[in-house]
Amino acid sequence: MNPFAYTRAYGVDTALDEKTDVAQYIGGGTNLIDLMKEDVMHSELLIDVNHLPFHTIEETEAGGVRLGAMMTNAETAYHPLIEERYPLLSKAILSGASPQLRNMATNGGNLMQRTRCYYFYDTATPCNKRQPGSGCSAINGFNRIHAILGTSSECIATHPSDMCVALAALDAVVHVSGKNGKRTIPFTEFHRLPELNPEKDNTLQSDELITEIELPAEGFKDHFTYIKIRDRQSYAFALVSVAAALQLDGDTVRDVRIALGGVAHKPWRDQGAESLLKGKKATEENFEQVAETILANAQGFGHNTFKIELAKRAIIRALSEALVNQHHA
Amino acid sequence: MSLIFESEAPAGVSSTSPITLKINGSEKQFPIAPWTTLLDALREHLDMTGTKKGCDHGQCGACTVLVNGKRINSCLTLAVMQEGNDIQTIEGLSKGEQLHPLQEAFIEHDAFQCGYCTPGQICSAVGLMNEGKAHNASEIRELMSGNLCRCGAYTNIVDAIEDVMKKEGRVNQ
Repeated sequence: MNPFAYTRAYGVDTALDEKTDVAQYIGGGTNLIDLMKEDVMHSELLIDVNHLPFHTIEETEAGGVRLGAMMTNAETAYHPLIEERYPLLSKAILSGASPQLRNMATNGGNLMQRTRCYYFYDTATPCNKRQPGSGCSAINGFNRIHAILGTSSECIATHPSDMCVALAALDAVVHVSGKNGKRTIPFTEFHRLPELNPEKDNTLQSDELITEIELPAEGFKDHFTYIKIRDRQSYAFALVSVAAALQLDGDTVRDVRIALGGVAHKPWRDQGAESLLKGKKATEENFEQVAETILANAQGFGHNTFKIELAKRAIIRALSEALVNQHHA
Repeated sequence: MSLIFESEAPAGVSSTSPITLKINGSEKQFPIAPWTTLLDALREHLDMTGTKKGCDHGQCGACTVLVNGKRINSCLTLAVMQEGNDIQTIEGLSKGEQLHPLQEAFIEHDAFQCGYCTPGQICSAVGLMNEGKAHNASEIRELMSGNLCRCGAYTNIVDAIEDVMKKEGRVNQ
């Protein structure tokens, strides 16, 4: 790690005042400290935001809940309100990382974690995300873990979070504070596609700090699932993951959410494809049609081409499981 | 991780400053650079070498300690971030000569070969029991997945933890 200074912020204003382009906010630190050890990220000042007053889950007037950004992933996943009303979020969080890491990682930090692309970590190789303009080593390299949707000529990295896949499916909203005030960002607009500037993972401004994540009232607790397909059963990143949620009128789909992890630079939602299923019968044939639509523009890069068929099958399986899944909290 | 000497700190970056950490019930005050991890503070500054450095990247769990009763990877947190918290390491589990029940169980079940991962395994198991989310062997396996054992003593590790949980009435039988 490069030498740096450290300061602890007790108020949002102090945190924002200290933030410059050479400073970083630190929450759990599970990804940032690792990346600093690897010489991938550098900072002259770390601003510890763990003492800011965002450690609770509160119900909103709109009938949803707000998750404090500095709560840990474990506190969130095991919180009675989340287990009862948003079991999809619990399940997604608990399928990621290890108990130790979930005890450290914060909700805000989970959104801010960087890709686990091996070339991003390997400072001896070109990587446009780490060093803009240096090239992408993955496109013609080893790319088994890489993206198949929304890629660009500059980057085929994936976003590694499980929690974020559930938040995308649930239409969460990210509350942020910056030097110019507060604003909210719909979850599906928080992370971005790589396009020509993959060094930017998300749409947060450099001074902005995530304070809360809001969930709408509908938690899809009766018909949901989170499927994570990976190389070992526990403590591994997803090759493909699917958050699926259904609302049914009898056997007709009233509402549906499908978000994919491990396939793109952001949690992948395709509302156009979802709308094909609304008002239709919840049958395997219709699920297959949705899966085909979501993956219609997928592109493999050799080692990861298997993900296209894997993602289709995972979507069909997830919807089929969600159909019969009755949550009993 | 390469050792960085204070003299390498660029101008304007603070180097060493005194911090106080509460470890196994006693307060330790010592000077430290902000970029020192809790793991390195324990091992290199306080000579508490019970906590092990395996991968130093949060992937193996050998460095697991308890902070306010919760298990964490000490390699991925800075010592300065842990001021004011109650830190417990493997050295703090026994009461005098009386081993912690999990330490006893690891010996009884031969739950290790080389022993390098053992302090982390035991601290992780203490955290697992504090959390109260594991109720059978399968859940113990899932919730111990943050601790790797290159010798492959997993079956005996799960047996040791399950045994202690049974004795404390925490396992569905």
